[in-house]
Amino acid sequence: MSDLLARIGFLQEGPFAIPRWTALFANIDVLRDGALITLLVASLGLVMALALGTAIGVMSTSHWRVPRALARVYVEFFQNTPLLIQVFMLYNAIPLIWPGLFIPVITIGVFGVGMYHGAYIAEVVRAGIQSIGRGQLEAALSQGFSYVGAMRHIIIPQAMRIVLPPLTNQAVNLIKNTSVIAIIAGGDLMYAGDSFAGRYGHYGPTYIVVGLGYFLMCFPLAIWTRRLEERTREA
Amino acid sequence: MIKLVGVSKWFGLHHALKNIDLEVPTGQKLVIIGPSGSGKSTLIRCINMLERPTSGQVIVDGVNLMAHRAPIAKVRQQVSMVFQGFNLYPHKTVLENVSLAPIVVCGVSKDEATESALKYLERVGLSDKAKQYPAQLSGGQQQRVAIARALNMHPKIMLFDEPTSALDPEMIQEVLEVIIGLASSGITMLVVTHEMGFAKEAADRVIFLDDGSIIEDGTPEHFFENPQHDRTKQFLSKILR
Repeated sequence: MSDLLARIGFLQEGPFAIPRWTALFANIDVLRDGALITLLVASLGLVMALALGTAIGVMSTSHWRVPRALARVYVEFFQNTPLLIQVFMLYNAIPLIWPGLFIPVITIGVFGVGMYHGAYIAEVVRAGIQSIGRGQLEAALSQGFSYVGAMRHIIIPQAMRIVLPPLTNQAVNLIKNTSVIAIIAGGDLMYAGDSFAGRYGHYGPTYIVVGLGYFLMCFPLAIWTRRLEERTREA
Repeated sequence: MIKLVGVSKWFGLHHALKNIDLEVPTGQKLVIIGPSGSGKSTLIRCINMLERPTSGQVIVDGVNLMAHRAPIAKVRQQVSMVFQGFNLYPHKTVLENVSLAPIVVCGVSKDEATESALKYLERVGLSDKAKQYPAQLSGGQQQRVAIARALNMHPKIMLFDEPTSALDPEMIQEVLEVIIGLASSGITMLVVTHEMGFAKEAADRVIFLDDGSIIEDGTPEHFFENPQHDRTKQFLSKILR
């Protein structure tokens, strides 16, 4: 008996005690609001990362040297410095360079993850484009397509099938990485969880629920792209 | 229609084309023959600037393609190319392969492009394959689709870069028949090939390339019956038996 009590003792005291759970669920709307901010930053950030990544990925396969070099510099800069520092700089350094410019925290979050993952997606896109045989580009060019037109109608749709799995990877990482805006009081799920848990020491239940929240955002994306992948394979 | 003046092409240290002068009048059916590595593919690819010559002039339909900011894409709409490896768009149906560029590049309406695409597919004997994907077709069928795709641009010039070299022997004939059928049209045609029978039957003129230079230039009769160069005689003795 005492054995059993000892075993369920963690429900009575300690980080996962039942009162902590009830306190959390009484304040669950705090986490819900945070989750909505995370969703907003993640979806806008993903749109930005995809747009930037595609443009820079195409630039890095160009036969002109200047766009190729620009793409290289961009990718190396954002890939090789921590996201945390990039976001910190966006938040603190830009107002110094440009006094009076106020950027909302959500915008910083969108630009932060958008530019960071844009660099990774650019590499994914570049690899995808380069996996398509040279003959496809030549066929398109020989029909009078511009380079960009050939990319849009011929190369990228084919590369899409190949890059879908690594692209999903990036999207999922992007969602999780939105949590860096917690350091600049972003109001996102991580921040909401952190500040709630910190106030009363309810870390155990809060982190479990916050973790579950991120899982619920990422997992459907993984499922959806797997479906998409199966569908494009049939074509 | 096509005029090359002093065209040279270097690949690194390799001199692939040596000061080529060539004039092809409108409607001519020119067959380009030569051993592998002689520069015949490079020559034909210089005409639509898939390969940019190192020096010289390439004038197609009155436009100097080597000029600064030459409207290369515009000229390419008039110059269709058929590749050795077909290069069909694998993610598009046969019909889309044939109609895509007219719609996207030339701004033809979808209905019109589809109608003409079906007409050309009929002409190459493949209208029943319109809804299929290239991977579902044989090599010979794919190359015939590629020819229909080229025709649907309504080109003034057609370039064939070894159109039958990647095909199984029993499929060569079906493709050659389509190309021979085209030879009676007014389109200017340049064909790089190893098919001597085709050259005899369909060509107005044959040039023989060796080591980056044109060493024989004349009618098919002249080329096959009375070649001037020892190199040509040697080549023909190996290939005709």
